[in-house]
Amino acid sequence: MCGIAGLQLFDPALHPQLGSLMAAMLHQVCERGPDSAGVALYGDPDLTPPGLSAVSLLGVDDPAADADLSTVVAGETTVVRGSREPAELELLARQAFPEATVIGRGHELAVLKGTGHPDQLAVDIALGSRQGWQGLAHTRMATESAVTSAHSHPFSVADDLCLVHNGSFANHATIRRELIAEGAVFDSDNDSEVGARFLAARMAEGNDLEKSLRLLCETFDGFYTLVVTTADTFAVVRDAIACKPAILAVTEQWVAMASEYRALAQLPGIGAARIFEPEPEEVYTWRR
Amino acid sequence: MTAPEQTTATLVDLAETSVRELNSALHAPDPAPLWRVLNPEGAHNVACGLDAPVRVEIAGHAGYYCAGMNQQAEVVVEGNVGVGVAENMMSGRVVVTGDASQSAGATAHGGLLAIHGNASARCGISMKGVDIVVGGSVGHMSAFMGQAGRLVVCGDAGDALGDSLYEARIYVAGRVRSLGADCVEKEVRAEHLAELADLLEQAGIEADPATFRRYGSARTLYNFHVENAGAY
Repeated sequence: MCGIAGLQLFDPALHPQLGSLMAAMLHQVCERGPDSAGVALYGDPDLTPPGLSAVSLLGVDDPAADADLSTVVAGETTVVRGSREPAELELLARQAFPEATVIGRGHELAVLKGTGHPDQLAVDIALGSRQGWQGLAHTRMATESAVTSAHSHPFSVADDLCLVHNGSFANHATIRRELIAEGAVFDSDNDSEVGARFLAARMAEGNDLEKSLRLLCETFDGFYTLVVTTADTFAVVRDAIACKPAILAVTEQWVAMASEYRALAQLPGIGAARIFEPEPEEVYTWRR
Repeated sequence: MTAPEQTTATLVDLAETSVRELNSALHAPDPAPLWRVLNPEGAHNVACGLDAPVRVEIAGHAGYYCAGMNQQAEVVVEGNVGVGVAENMMSGRVVVTGDASQSAGATAHGGLLAIHGNASARCGISMKGVDIVVGGSVGHMSAFMGQAGRLVVCGDAGDALGDSLYEARIYVAGRVRSLGADCVEKEVRAEHLAELADLLEQAGIEADPATFRRYGSARTLYNFHVENAGAY
Protein backbone atom coordinates (compact mmCIF):
# COMPACT_ATOMS: atom_id res chain seq x y z
CA MET A 1 0.00 0.00 0.00
CA CYS A 2 2.43 2.70 1.26
CA GLY A 3 1.52 6.20 2.36
CA ILE A 4 2.78 9.48 0.98
CA ALA A 5 2.58 12.98 2.39
CA GLY A 6 4.24 16.03 0.86
CA LEU A 7 4.07 19.74 1.53
CA GLN A 8 5.58 22.85 -0.03
CA LEU A 9 5.04 26.05 1.91
CA PHE A 10 4.82 29.22 -0.20
CA ASP A 11 4.26 31.42 2.86
CA PRO A 12 7.45 31.97 4.94
CA ALA A 13 5.29 32.63 8.00
CA LEU A 14 4.51 28.89 8.01
CA HIS A 15 8.14 27.72 7.78
CA PRO A 16 8.50 27.29 11.57
CA GLN A 17 5.52 24.90 11.45
CA LEU A 18 6.79 22.62 8.68
CA GLY A 19 7.77 19.82 11.07
CA SER A 20 4.57 19.85 13.11
CA LEU A 21 2.45 19.91 9.95
CA MET A 22 4.48 17.05 8.46
CA ALA A 23 4.21 15.04 11.71
CA ALA A 24 0.41 15.35 11.63
CA MET A 25 0.33 14.29 7.97
CA LEU A 26 2.70 11.37 8.57
CA HIS A 27 0.57 10.14 11.47
CA GLN A 28 -2.52 9.90 9.27
CA VAL A 29 -0.79 7.66 6.73
CA CYS A 30 0.87 5.32 9.27
CA GLU A 31 -1.72 2.59 8.64
CA ARG A 32 -0.79 2.51 4.96
CA GLY A 33 2.77 1.39 5.69
CA PRO A 34 3.80 0.58 9.22
CA ASP A 35 7.08 -1.24 8.51
CA SER A 36 9.40 1.70 7.95
CA ALA A 37 9.33 5.36 7.12
CA GLY A 38 11.37 8.25 5.92
CA VAL A 39 11.20 12.00 5.84
CA ALA A 40 12.88 14.61 3.66
CA LEU A 41 13.15 18.16 4.93
CA TYR A 42 14.23 21.15 2.88
CA GLY A 43 15.63 24.18 4.66
CA ASP A 44 15.72 23.03 8.28
CA PRO A 45 18.22 25.45 9.87
CA ASP A 46 19.61 22.74 12.15
CA LEU A 47 20.12 20.03 9.52
CA THR A 48 20.91 22.25 6.53
CA PRO A 49 21.99 25.67 7.81
CA PRO A 50 21.86 28.44 5.19
CA GLY A 51 25.02 28.52 3.09
CA LEU A 52 26.09 24.98 4.04
CA SER A 53 25.63 21.65 2.30
CA ALA A 54 24.49 18.46 3.97
CA VAL A 55 24.99 14.72 3.47
CA SER A 56 22.62 12.26 5.15
CA LEU A 57 24.10 8.95 6.32
CA LEU A 58 22.75 5.71 7.74
CA GLY A 59 24.86 3.31 9.76
CA VAL A 60 27.22 5.75 11.48
CA ASP A 61 28.32 4.11 14.74
CA ASP A 62 30.14 7.08 16.24
CA PRO A 63 29.18 10.47 14.75
CA ALA A 64 31.90 12.19 16.79
CA ALA A 65 34.65 9.93 15.41
CA ASP A 66 35.82 12.61 12.97
CA ALA A 67 36.17 15.86 14.90
CA ASP A 68 36.67 17.84 11.69
CA LEU A 69 33.15 17.10 10.47
CA SER A 70 30.10 18.84 11.89
CA THR A 71 27.38 16.23 12.45
CA VAL A 72 23.80 16.19 13.73
CA VAL A 73 22.15 12.95 14.78
CA ALA A 74 18.42 12.50 14.11
CA GLY A 75 17.26 8.97 14.95
CA GLU A 76 19.17 6.44 12.85
CA THR A 77 20.40 9.16 10.50
CA THR A 78 23.52 11.24 10.88
CA VAL A 79 23.62 14.48 8.90
CA VAL A 80 27.05 15.87 8.04
CA ARG A 81 27.09 19.61 7.35
CA GLY A 82 29.82 21.64 5.73
CA SER A 83 30.74 24.64 3.62
CA ARG A 84 31.86 22.50 0.66
CA GLU A 85 29.82 21.48 -2.34
CA PRO A 86 27.63 18.39 -1.66
CA ALA A 87 29.73 16.03 -3.82
CA GLU A 88 32.95 17.03 -2.06
CA LEU A 89 31.28 16.79 1.34
CA GLU A 90 30.06 13.30 0.47
CA LEU A 91 33.61 12.19 -0.31
CA LEU A 92 34.78 13.47 3.08
CA ALA A 93 31.85 11.79 4.81
CA ARG A 94 32.55 8.48 3.06
CA GLN A 95 36.21 8.65 4.14
CA ALA A 96 35.26 9.47 7.73
CA PHE A 97 32.48 6.86 7.95
CA PRO A 98 33.35 4.10 5.46
CA GLU A 99 30.72 1.77 6.92
CA ALA A 100 27.88 4.25 6.34
CA THR A 101 25.31 4.44 3.52
CA VAL A 102 24.68 7.80 1.89
CA ILE A 103 20.92 8.42 1.62
CA GLY A 104 20.87 12.00 0.40
CA ARG A 105 22.79 15.19 -0.11
CA GLY A 106 22.23 18.75 -1.17
CA HIS A 107 22.22 22.42 -0.31
CA GLU A 108 18.71 22.33 1.13
CA LEU A 109 17.89 18.67 1.72
CA ALA A 110 18.23 16.32 4.68
CA VAL A 111 16.85 12.76 4.43
CA LEU A 112 15.96 10.94 7.64
CA LYS A 113 14.96 7.25 7.64
CA GLY A 114 14.20 4.42 9.99
CA THR A 115 12.53 1.05 10.39
CA GLY A 116 9.61 0.47 12.75
CA HIS A 117 6.51 2.52 13.32
CA PRO A 118 6.46 5.87 11.49
CA ASP A 119 5.16 7.71 14.56
CA GLN A 120 8.24 6.51 16.43
CA LEU A 121 10.46 7.82 13.63
CA ALA A 122 8.76 11.20 14.00
CA VAL A 123 9.65 11.19 17.72
CA ASP A 124 13.21 9.96 17.10
CA ILE A 125 13.97 12.71 14.58
CA ALA A 126 12.10 15.42 16.55
CA LEU A 127 9.97 16.04 13.49
CA GLY A 128 7.39 18.11 15.36
CA SER A 129 9.85 20.88 16.14
CA ARG A 130 11.64 20.98 12.79
CA GLN A 131 11.37 23.83 10.32
CA GLY A 132 11.78 24.45 6.62
CA TRP A 133 9.93 25.20 3.45
CA GLN A 134 9.31 21.77 1.96
CA GLY A 135 8.88 18.24 3.25
CA LEU A 136 8.16 14.72 2.07
CA ALA A 137 7.17 11.72 4.16
CA HIS A 138 6.68 8.09 3.26
CA THR A 139 5.34 5.14 5.23
CA ARG A 140 6.32 1.87 3.62
CA MET A 141 4.52 -1.42 3.19
CA ALA A 142 7.35 -3.38 1.64
CA THR A 143 6.54 -5.34 -1.52
CA GLU A 144 9.62 -5.27 -3.73
CA SER A 145 12.57 -5.51 -1.37
CA ALA A 146 13.75 -5.93 2.19
CA VAL A 147 12.58 -4.01 5.24
CA THR A 148 15.64 -2.04 6.21
CA SER A 149 16.26 1.66 6.73
CA ALA A 150 18.25 1.75 3.49
CA HIS A 151 15.25 0.39 1.59
CA SER A 152 12.95 3.04 3.07
CA HIS A 153 11.85 6.01 1.04
CA PRO A 154 12.54 8.79 0.17
CA PHE A 155 15.17 7.96 -2.42
CA SER A 156 17.58 10.78 -3.03
CA VAL A 157 20.31 10.10 -5.59
CA ALA A 158 21.21 13.58 -6.83
CA ASP A 159 21.69 16.93 -5.11
CA ASP A 160 18.41 18.09 -3.53
CA LEU A 161 16.40 15.57 -5.61
CA CYS A 162 14.02 13.37 -3.66
CA LEU A 163 11.43 10.75 -4.69
CA VAL A 164 8.69 8.88 -2.84
CA HIS A 165 6.66 6.16 -4.53
CA ASN A 166 3.46 4.28 -3.82
CA GLY A 167 3.06 1.28 -6.09
CA SER A 168 5.47 -0.98 -7.95
CA PHE A 169 7.37 -0.80 -11.21
CA ALA A 170 6.98 -3.92 -13.35
CA ASN A 171 9.98 -3.37 -15.64
CA HIS A 172 12.43 -1.99 -13.11
CA ALA A 173 14.99 -4.79 -13.64
CA THR A 174 15.29 -3.95 -17.34
CA ILE A 175 15.61 -0.22 -16.70
CA ARG A 176 18.12 -0.90 -13.91
CA ARG A 177 20.35 -2.80 -16.40
CA GLU A 178 20.08 0.08 -18.87
CA LEU A 179 20.99 2.63 -16.20
CA ILE A 180 23.92 0.52 -15.03
CA ALA A 181 25.11 0.39 -18.65
CA GLU A 182 24.93 4.20 -18.62
CA GLY A 183 27.13 4.23 -15.54
CA ALA A 184 24.64 4.39 -12.66
CA VAL A 185 25.55 2.74 -9.36
CA PHE A 186 22.73 1.44 -7.14
CA ASP A 187 22.52 1.32 -3.36
CA SER A 188 19.58 -1.10 -3.04
CA ASP A 189 17.45 -3.55 -5.00
CA ASN A 190 14.37 -1.40 -4.41
CA ASP A 191 12.31 -0.73 -7.56
CA SER A 192 11.70 2.86 -6.45
CA GLU A 193 15.43 3.58 -6.46
CA VAL A 194 15.36 2.77 -10.19
CA GLY A 195 12.80 5.55 -10.63
CA ALA A 196 14.99 7.99 -8.71
CA ARG A 197 18.14 6.98 -10.66
CA PHE A 198 16.25 7.33 -13.94
CA LEU A 199 15.14 10.87 -13.06
CA ALA A 200 18.63 11.81 -11.90
CA ALA A 201 20.11 10.50 -15.17
CA ARG A 202 17.60 12.37 -17.33
CA MET A 203 18.11 15.58 -15.36
CA ALA A 204 21.88 15.21 -15.61
CA GLU A 205 21.36 15.26 -19.38
CA GLY A 206 19.80 18.70 -19.04
CA ASN A 207 16.09 17.88 -18.90
CA ASP A 208 14.02 19.72 -16.33
CA LEU A 209 12.04 17.77 -13.74
CA GLU A 210 8.78 18.05 -15.68
CA LYS A 211 10.32 16.63 -18.88
CA SER A 212 12.13 13.91 -16.90
CA LEU A 213 8.86 12.81 -15.31
CA ARG A 214 7.22 12.63 -18.75
CA LEU A 215 10.09 10.42 -19.90
CA LEU A 216 9.56 8.28 -16.80
CA CYS A 217 5.89 7.81 -17.76
CA GLU A 218 6.97 6.68 -21.24
CA THR A 219 9.59 4.26 -19.91
CA PHE A 220 8.18 2.72 -16.74
CA ASP A 221 5.47 0.10 -16.65
CA GLY A 222 3.51 -0.57 -13.48
CA PHE A 223 1.63 1.30 -10.81
CA TYR A 224 2.87 4.49 -9.32
CA THR A 225 1.98 7.65 -7.57
CA LEU A 226 5.18 9.67 -7.29
CA VAL A 227 6.00 12.86 -5.49
CA VAL A 228 9.35 14.27 -6.54
CA THR A 229 10.97 17.36 -5.08
CA THR A 230 14.01 19.43 -6.00
CA ALA A 231 15.57 22.57 -4.53
CA ASP A 232 12.74 24.62 -6.01
CA THR A 233 10.03 22.29 -7.35
CA PHE A 234 7.29 20.03 -5.97
CA ALA A 235 5.94 17.56 -8.55
CA VAL A 236 3.27 14.86 -8.61
CA VAL A 237 2.62 12.23 -11.28
CA ARG A 238 0.58 9.01 -11.54
CA ASP A 239 0.57 6.13 -14.02
CA ALA A 240 -2.04 5.70 -16.76
CA ILE A 241 -4.25 3.37 -14.69
CA ALA A 242 -4.04 5.64 -11.64
CA CYS A 243 -5.18 3.00 -9.17
CA LYS A 244 -2.86 4.23 -6.45
CA PRO A 245 -4.54 6.98 -4.47
CA ALA A 246 -3.47 10.59 -4.59
CA ILE A 247 -5.11 13.79 -3.50
CA LEU A 248 -3.82 17.32 -3.92
CA ALA A 249 -4.79 20.44 -2.02
CA VAL A 250 -3.65 23.92 -3.01
CA THR A 251 -4.03 27.26 -1.25
CA GLU A 252 -2.19 30.56 -1.64
CA GLN A 253 0.02 29.52 1.27
CA TRP A 254 0.93 25.94 0.36
CA VAL A 255 0.50 22.88 -1.85
CA ALA A 256 0.12 19.48 -0.26
CA MET A 257 -0.25 15.94 -1.55
CA ALA A 258 -1.22 12.82 0.35
CA SER A 259 -2.50 9.33 -0.27
CA GLU A 260 -5.69 10.14 1.60
CA TYR A 261 -7.60 13.30 2.43
CA ARG A 262 -7.42 12.67 6.17
CA ALA A 263 -3.68 13.44 6.02
CA LEU A 264 -4.51 16.91 4.73
CA ALA A 265 -7.44 17.61 7.05
CA GLN A 266 -5.31 19.33 9.72
CA LEU A 267 -3.51 21.76 7.40
CA PRO A 268 -4.24 25.45 8.06
CA GLY A 269 -6.80 26.84 5.62
CA ILE A 270 -7.77 23.39 4.27
CA GLY A 271 -11.42 24.47 4.31
CA ALA A 272 -10.73 26.95 1.53
CA ALA A 273 -8.24 24.78 -0.40
CA ARG A 274 -8.76 23.60 -3.96
CA ILE A 275 -8.83 19.83 -3.58
CA PHE A 276 -8.53 17.44 -6.51
CA GLU A 277 -7.15 14.12 -7.66
CA PRO A 278 -4.30 14.29 -10.18
CA GLU A 279 -5.16 13.00 -13.65
CA PRO A 280 -3.37 9.90 -14.98
CA GLU A 281 0.04 10.57 -16.56
CA GLU A 282 -0.26 14.32 -16.09
CA VAL A 283 2.75 16.00 -14.50
CA TYR A 284 1.84 18.62 -11.90
CA THR A 285 4.53 21.01 -10.69
CA TRP A 286 4.72 23.90 -8.25
CA ARG A 287 7.72 26.17 -7.85
CA ARG A 288 8.83 27.82 -4.71
CA MET B 1 -40.33 11.34 -0.41
CA THR B 2 -41.68 11.48 3.11
CA ALA B 3 -39.20 12.50 5.74
CA PRO B 4 -39.54 11.17 9.28
CA GLU B 5 -41.14 13.60 11.72
CA GLN B 6 -38.19 14.77 13.71
CA THR B 7 -36.72 18.17 14.36
CA THR B 8 -33.57 17.29 16.29
CA ALA B 9 -30.81 15.02 15.08
CA THR B 10 -28.73 12.66 17.17
CA LEU B 11 -25.31 14.34 17.14
CA VAL B 12 -22.12 12.31 16.90
CA ASP B 13 -18.80 14.19 16.96
CA LEU B 14 -16.03 12.09 15.44
CA ALA B 15 -13.50 14.29 17.21
CA GLU B 16 -14.73 12.63 20.41
CA THR B 17 -16.37 9.39 19.28
CA SER B 18 -14.80 6.62 17.21
CA VAL B 19 -16.20 5.53 13.85
CA ARG B 20 -16.69 2.07 15.32
CA GLU B 21 -18.92 3.49 18.07
CA LEU B 22 -20.89 5.52 15.52
CA ASN B 23 -21.44 2.52 13.28
CA SER B 24 -22.40 0.32 16.25
CA ALA B 25 -25.02 2.87 17.29
CA LEU B 26 -26.37 3.01 13.74
CA HIS B 27 -26.52 -0.81 13.62
CA ALA B 28 -28.45 -1.10 16.92
CA PRO B 29 -32.12 -2.18 16.75
CA ASP B 30 -34.54 0.71 16.04
CA PRO B 31 -31.97 3.47 15.62
CA ALA B 32 -33.08 7.12 15.84
CA PRO B 33 -34.34 8.36 12.47
CA LEU B 34 -32.01 11.35 12.03
CA TRP B 35 -28.26 11.56 12.71
CA ARG B 36 -25.72 14.29 12.21
CA VAL B 37 -22.01 13.39 12.15
CA LEU B 38 -19.58 16.20 12.94
CA ASN B 39 -15.85 16.45 12.21
CA PRO B 40 -15.49 13.48 9.86
CA GLU B 41 -12.07 14.86 8.69
CA GLY B 42 -11.73 12.17 6.05
CA ALA B 43 -12.32 9.22 8.40
CA HIS B 44 -12.82 5.85 6.69
CA ASN B 45 -15.91 3.60 6.80
CA VAL B 46 -18.31 6.23 8.12
CA ALA B 47 -21.94 5.00 8.16
CA CYS B 48 -21.15 1.60 6.66
CA GLY B 49 -23.47 -1.38 6.59
CA LEU B 50 -26.62 0.49 7.57
CA ASP B 51 -29.88 -1.48 7.34
CA ALA B 52 -32.62 0.83 8.63
CA PRO B 53 -34.60 3.72 7.11
CA VAL B 54 -32.56 6.41 8.84
CA ARG B 55 -31.04 9.61 7.51
CA VAL B 56 -27.37 10.29 8.32
CA GLU B 57 -25.91 13.70 7.53
CA ILE B 58 -22.11 13.91 7.47
CA ALA B 59 -20.98 17.49 8.00
CA GLY B 60 -17.72 17.53 6.04
CA HIS B 61 -15.41 15.34 3.96
CA ALA B 62 -15.50 11.57 4.45
CA GLY B 63 -12.80 9.02 3.62
CA TYR B 64 -12.84 5.55 2.09
CA TYR B 65 -15.94 3.35 1.76
CA CYS B 66 -18.39 5.86 3.17
CA ALA B 67 -21.92 4.41 3.26
CA GLY B 68 -20.66 1.08 1.90
CA MET B 69 -23.13 -1.81 1.78
CA ASN B 70 -25.99 0.55 2.50
CA GLN B 71 -29.56 -0.76 2.75
CA GLN B 72 -32.59 1.47 3.27
CA ALA B 73 -30.72 4.42 4.74
CA GLU B 74 -30.20 7.87 3.27
CA VAL B 75 -26.65 9.12 3.79
CA VAL B 76 -25.82 12.71 2.83
CA VAL B 77 -22.18 13.83 2.74
CA GLU B 78 -21.79 17.59 2.84
CA GLY B 79 -18.37 17.50 1.20
CA ASN B 80 -16.12 15.10 -0.71
CA VAL B 81 -15.73 11.36 -0.28
CA GLY B 82 -12.78 9.01 -0.72
CA VAL B 83 -12.47 5.71 -2.58
CA GLY B 84 -15.50 3.40 -2.82
CA VAL B 85 -18.42 5.53 -1.64
CA ALA B 86 -21.63 3.43 -1.49
CA GLU B 87 -19.68 0.35 -2.54
CA ASN B 88 -22.02 -2.64 -2.83
CA MET B 89 -25.08 -0.56 -1.87
CA MET B 90 -28.27 -2.66 -1.95
CA SER B 91 -30.95 0.00 -1.54
CA GLY B 92 -31.49 3.47 -0.09
CA ARG B 93 -29.81 6.64 -1.19
CA VAL B 94 -26.38 8.23 -0.87
CA VAL B 95 -25.86 11.89 -1.75
CA VAL B 96 -22.45 13.58 -2.02
CA THR B 97 -22.51 17.35 -2.39
CA GLY B 98 -18.82 17.53 -3.40
CA ASP B 99 -16.52 15.24 -5.39
CA ALA B 100 -16.02 11.48 -5.12
CA SER B 101 -12.79 9.55 -5.48
CA GLN B 102 -12.32 6.30 -7.38
CA SER B 103 -14.73 3.36 -7.62
CA ALA B 104 -17.84 5.24 -6.52
CA GLY B 105 -20.78 2.86 -6.31
CA ALA B 106 -18.63 -0.17 -7.16
CA THR B 107 -20.58 -3.44 -7.42
CA ALA B 108 -23.72 -1.76 -6.01
CA HIS B 109 -26.93 -3.72 -6.54
CA GLY B 110 -29.58 -1.07 -5.94
CA GLY B 111 -30.48 2.31 -4.55
CA LEU B 112 -29.41 5.74 -5.80
CA LEU B 113 -25.97 7.36 -5.58
CA ALA B 114 -26.05 11.08 -6.39
CA ILE B 115 -22.72 12.90 -6.67
CA HIS B 116 -23.17 16.62 -7.24
CA GLY B 117 -19.50 17.23 -8.04
CA ASN B 118 -17.13 15.06 -10.08
CA ALA B 119 -16.34 11.38 -9.66
CA SER B 120 -12.89 9.98 -10.32
CA ALA B 121 -11.82 6.83 -12.19
CA ARG B 122 -13.87 3.64 -12.31
CA CYS B 123 -17.14 5.23 -11.20
CA GLY B 124 -19.75 2.47 -11.18
CA ILE B 125 -17.25 -0.32 -11.80
CA SER B 126 -19.12 -3.64 -11.98
CA MET B 127 -22.41 -1.92 -11.10
CA LYS B 128 -25.14 -4.49 -10.64
CA GLY B 129 -28.36 -2.51 -10.47
CA VAL B 130 -27.53 0.78 -8.77
CA ASP B 131 -28.46 4.13 -10.28
CA ILE B 132 -25.60 6.65 -10.22
CA VAL B 133 -26.12 10.30 -11.18
CA VAL B 134 -23.02 12.51 -11.38
CA GLY B 135 -23.48 16.27 -11.68
CA GLY B 136 -19.93 16.77 -12.98
CA SER B 137 -17.53 14.51 -14.85
CA VAL B 138 -16.29 10.95 -14.34
CA GLY B 139 -12.79 9.54 -14.79
CA HIS B 140 -11.48 6.72 -16.93
CA MET B 141 -12.88 3.17 -16.97
CA SER B 142 -16.24 4.25 -15.57
CA ALA B 143 -19.00 1.61 -15.65
CA PHE B 144 -16.30 -1.00 -16.42
CA MET B 145 -18.05 -4.40 -16.53
CA GLY B 146 -21.35 -2.75 -15.63
CA GLN B 147 -24.02 -5.43 -15.42
CA ALA B 148 -27.24 -3.56 -14.56
CA GLY B 149 -28.44 -0.13 -13.48
CA ARG B 150 -28.03 3.35 -14.91
CA LEU B 151 -25.06 5.77 -14.91
CA VAL B 152 -25.87 9.39 -15.70
CA VAL B 153 -22.97 11.82 -16.24
CA CYS B 154 -23.84 15.50 -16.70
CA GLY B 155 -20.22 16.43 -17.55
CA ASP B 156 -17.54 14.52 -19.45
CA ALA B 157 -16.36 10.91 -19.27
CA GLY B 158 -12.73 9.77 -19.36
CA ASP B 159 -11.14 7.02 -21.42
CA ALA B 160 -12.67 3.58 -21.96
CA LEU B 161 -16.19 4.37 -20.83
CA GLY B 162 -18.24 1.21 -20.37
CA ASP B 163 -15.40 -1.20 -21.12
CA SER B 164 -16.67 -4.81 -21.20
CA LEU B 165 -20.17 -3.60 -20.48
CA TYR B 166 -23.04 -6.02 -19.98
CA GLU B 167 -26.47 -4.46 -19.50
CA ALA B 168 -25.95 -1.21 -17.54
CA ARG B 169 -27.23 1.88 -19.37
CA ILE B 170 -25.04 4.98 -19.61
CA TYR B 171 -26.03 8.56 -20.39
CA VAL B 172 -23.43 11.31 -20.86
CA ALA B 173 -24.15 14.98 -21.61
CA GLY B 174 -20.54 16.07 -22.23
CA ARG B 175 -17.60 14.71 -24.18
CA VAL B 176 -16.62 11.04 -23.98
CA ARG B 177 -12.88 10.69 -24.40
CA SER B 178 -13.16 7.11 -25.65
CA LEU B 179 -15.45 4.10 -25.43
CA GLY B 180 -14.20 0.82 -24.01
CA ALA B 181 -14.49 -2.63 -25.60
CA ASP B 182 -18.05 -3.52 -26.60
CA CYS B 183 -19.52 -0.15 -25.57
CA VAL B 184 -21.40 1.66 -28.36
CA GLU B 185 -23.55 4.74 -28.73
CA LYS B 186 -27.25 4.00 -29.00
CA GLU B 187 -30.35 5.89 -30.04
CA VAL B 188 -32.06 8.07 -27.41
CA ARG B 189 -35.78 7.37 -27.59
CA ALA B 190 -38.69 8.93 -25.71
CA GLU B 191 -38.52 6.28 -22.98
CA HIS B 192 -34.88 7.17 -22.36
CA LEU B 193 -35.68 10.88 -22.04
CA ALA B 194 -38.33 10.00 -19.47
CA GLU B 195 -35.90 7.73 -17.64
CA LEU B 196 -33.27 10.48 -17.57
CA ALA B 197 -35.71 13.12 -16.36
CA ASP B 198 -36.77 10.82 -13.55
CA LEU B 199 -33.19 9.99 -12.49
CA LEU B 200 -32.10 13.65 -12.55
CA GLU B 201 -35.11 14.63 -10.48
CA GLN B 202 -34.47 11.86 -7.95
CA ALA B 203 -30.86 13.00 -7.64
CA GLY B 204 -31.81 16.68 -7.34
CA ILE B 205 -29.45 17.57 -10.19
CA GLU B 206 -30.59 19.96 -12.90
CA ALA B 207 -29.81 19.09 -16.51
CA ASP B 208 -31.71 18.92 -19.78
CA PRO B 209 -32.35 15.27 -20.77
CA ALA B 210 -32.28 16.28 -24.43
CA THR B 211 -28.54 17.08 -24.18
CA PHE B 212 -27.51 13.50 -23.27
CA ARG B 213 -26.23 10.71 -25.48
CA ARG B 214 -26.86 7.09 -24.63
CA TYR B 215 -24.31 4.28 -24.54
CA GLY B 216 -24.73 0.58 -24.00
CA SER B 217 -23.37 -2.87 -24.73
CA ALA B 218 -22.94 -4.08 -28.31
CA ARG B 219 -23.30 -7.56 -26.76
CA THR B 220 -20.45 -9.06 -28.74
CA LEU B 221 -18.55 -10.22 -25.64
CA TYR B 222 -21.30 -12.54 -24.44
CA ASN B 223 -20.25 -15.39 -26.66
CA PHE B 224 -16.91 -16.92 -27.39
CA HIS B 225 -15.87 -16.51 -31.00
CA VAL B 226 -13.67 -19.26 -32.25
CA GLU B 227 -11.66 -16.84 -34.42
CA ASN B 228 -10.34 -15.36 -31.15
CA ALA B 229 -9.03 -18.73 -29.96
CA GLY B 230 -5.49 -17.81 -30.99
CA ALA B 231 -5.51 -15.00 -28.43
CA TYR B 232 -5.84 -17.43 -25.51
